[in-house]
Amino acid sequence: MKRYRRLGTLVALGLAALLVLSGCRPAAEAPPPAGEAPAPKLRVGIVYDVGGRGDLSFNDMAYAGLERAQREFGDRIETRDLEPAAGGENREELLRLLASEGYDLIFGIGFLFTDSIERVAKEFPNVKFGLVDGFIADLGPQSNVVCLLFNEHEGSFLVGAAAALKSKTGKVGFVGGMRIPLIEKFEAGYIAGAKYVNPAIEVFSDYAGTTGEAFRDPVKGRELALSHYDRGADIIYHASGGTGIGVFEAAVEKNKLAIGVDADQSLTVKPDQRAHILTSMMKRVDVSVYETIKALVEQRFEGGYRNFGLADDGVGYAENQYNRDTIADIKPELERLKQKIVAGEIKVPSSRKELEAFLETLPTR
Amino acid sequence: METLASLFSLALLASAVRLTVPVLLAALGAVFSERGGVINIGLEGIMIMGTFFGAVGTYYGGPVVGLLAAVAAGVVFSAVHGLLAITLRVDQIISGVVLNMLAVGLARFLNIMLFGVATQSPGIRGFTPLSIPVLRDIPALKPIAAGISPLIPLALALVVAGHWVLVRTTFGLRLRAVGENPLAADTVGVNVFLMRYLGVLISGALAGMAGAYLSIEQGRGYLEGMTQGRGFIALAAMIFGNWWPVGALGASALFGYFDALSLRVVALNVPYQFLNVLPHIVTILVLAGFVRRARPPAADGIPYAKEEQG
Repeated sequence: MKRYRRLGTLVALGLAALLVLSGCRPAAEAPPPAGEAPAPKLRVGIVYDVGGRGDLSFNDMAYAGLERAQREFGDRIETRDLEPAAGGENREELLRLLASEGYDLIFGIGFLFTDSIERVAKEFPNVKFGLVDGFIADLGPQSNVVCLLFNEHEGSFLVGAAAALKSKTGKVGFVGGMRIPLIEKFEAGYIAGAKYVNPAIEVFSDYAGTTGEAFRDPVKGRELALSHYDRGADIIYHASGGTGIGVFEAAVEKNKLAIGVDADQSLTVKPDQRAHILTSMMKRVDVSVYETIKALVEQRFEGGYRNFGLADDGVGYAENQYNRDTIADIKPELERLKQKIVAGEIKVPSSRKELEAFLETLPTR
Repeated sequence: METLASLFSLALLASAVRLTVPVLLAALGAVFSERGGVINIGLEGIMIMGTFFGAVGTYYGGPVVGLLAAVAAGVVFSAVHGLLAITLRVDQIISGVVLNMLAVGLARFLNIMLFGVATQSPGIRGFTPLSIPVLRDIPALKPIAAGISPLIPLALALVVAGHWVLVRTTFGLRLRAVGENPLAADTVGVNVFLMRYLGVLISGALAGMAGAYLSIEQGRGYLEGMTQGRGFIALAAMIFGNWWPVGALGASALFGYFDALSLRVVALNVPYQFLNVLPHIVTILVLAGFVRRARPPAADGIPYAKEEQG
């Protein structure tokens, strides 16, 4: 019987080892090394954020950018995308793997990559890095890192205005994922937009949590949205990744509206949810990835910071065949607001502090 | 005043019930496993399998198929725990942890195989919600009388049935005997291994059902990480419930209530972070305060081997 016991422990250890090993394996096979071609192809790699491909928003947008570049510069680049383990702890390892294999440009998708890219970029000065959503201080045009940042508050301002214009109850909601400055940027822009259009509007605002888990908790998303709808809100904007699935479910259940985020979510959700999505705040991660690859191919890659805002359509609100009629009546107003923001007449707040100052400038009714 | 009333509103109550059910089902499962003397820390992993197979089954064959698939997956997965912990007598904690790790990797692997992406299944349709006639027409009662998931009454019925099985049936008596004193039970001819296996398999079926409730009824699809540690909360609920089904119901309801409260009572002038940790603080207080009086089955967690004894 002793023998059995040892055997059991071995089986357990074996299973555990198998898991660890399978976790370390990159998601895609290595492409065959470039042959003796006269002009070697540029190699571009992407490491996704937690959630990975198939999240129907953030990571899929990055992939779309990579795909577009592959289509257009097919003969001059070769691409590869990797997914980190479930907890994302091996993201730095994957970056290093690509860098040591001699990749020319490597993207880290998501602010969680900030520290890893800062470290790995120092170790591999000849490799270029693109960091989506993260900020590394003291970069210049000669740096090998470019931070791809978005003016999410500007896009959120427009969908906030859309919500306020469409709300019949005078109450709207916001459901955030993890409570971090990045998501508070969405919140601040949204509230500012709603109050700008209707200073009397009431905005309920909640977050699903304070860890990365808060981006994949549809149960909580649903409960938070239901609580907003129960209190009279009729439109809810979510900036919460997978948690937002629950927000859409709640909208269907209560026959109310919701606003999507990052991608044009009307196109990616279940058919029965489509009618309940007023619009989405588009964040064109695909454009940022594509533009960076394009710059590399055209040999004009520059380090530093690139901001994608309303002016260059890096953010905006989504219009598609499902919501075109619904938003037709407010579109002129949204376009007018957009022009004002682009022209600098409206300075959209990007944090809670700035929001407070912004609200004080609004006329009280 | 309004905030005080919101503490006990029916909408809050309905939310609490929805959040109670997954914890309750898993805790009920844990009762059966531990009454038979096997600690099942792998509940979280079994729930993950339940969420995944619940979504897959529903995607291909509707919610009933999904529920059955989740229960079947829970049974199969818990059988692994049974094999390791009962037959091979691996440390039960380690075996449970293996289960939790295996579930994460396996669900991801299978999701890629079936749907081509790592972390999310396509959206699905759930059960047709129930409404209580008459009551649903009273506006004030509408939040609790309309749109009820059929799994909610099922879960409550299972608590009653579980209690009856443990207290009134021969099987229940034998299961408890095996958890208290396996040697004595063995001496009078009870098959210790069979009883323990049944306890573990029942816990797997119930934890699988808990997962199915999450993915079919609440998430309308599988999403990696959607169990959010509820399997562990269920273990706490089972302990707080003193290893009895009805106790587990009370404990789960308490957690469900505070969970719902933390999501709903934003109007109160309390820091947001505090509300967020409230369910966990309650868990800790409850475990520290009440559990001293709780008494686990005497042979809980101790592997049984025939020849080494006596």
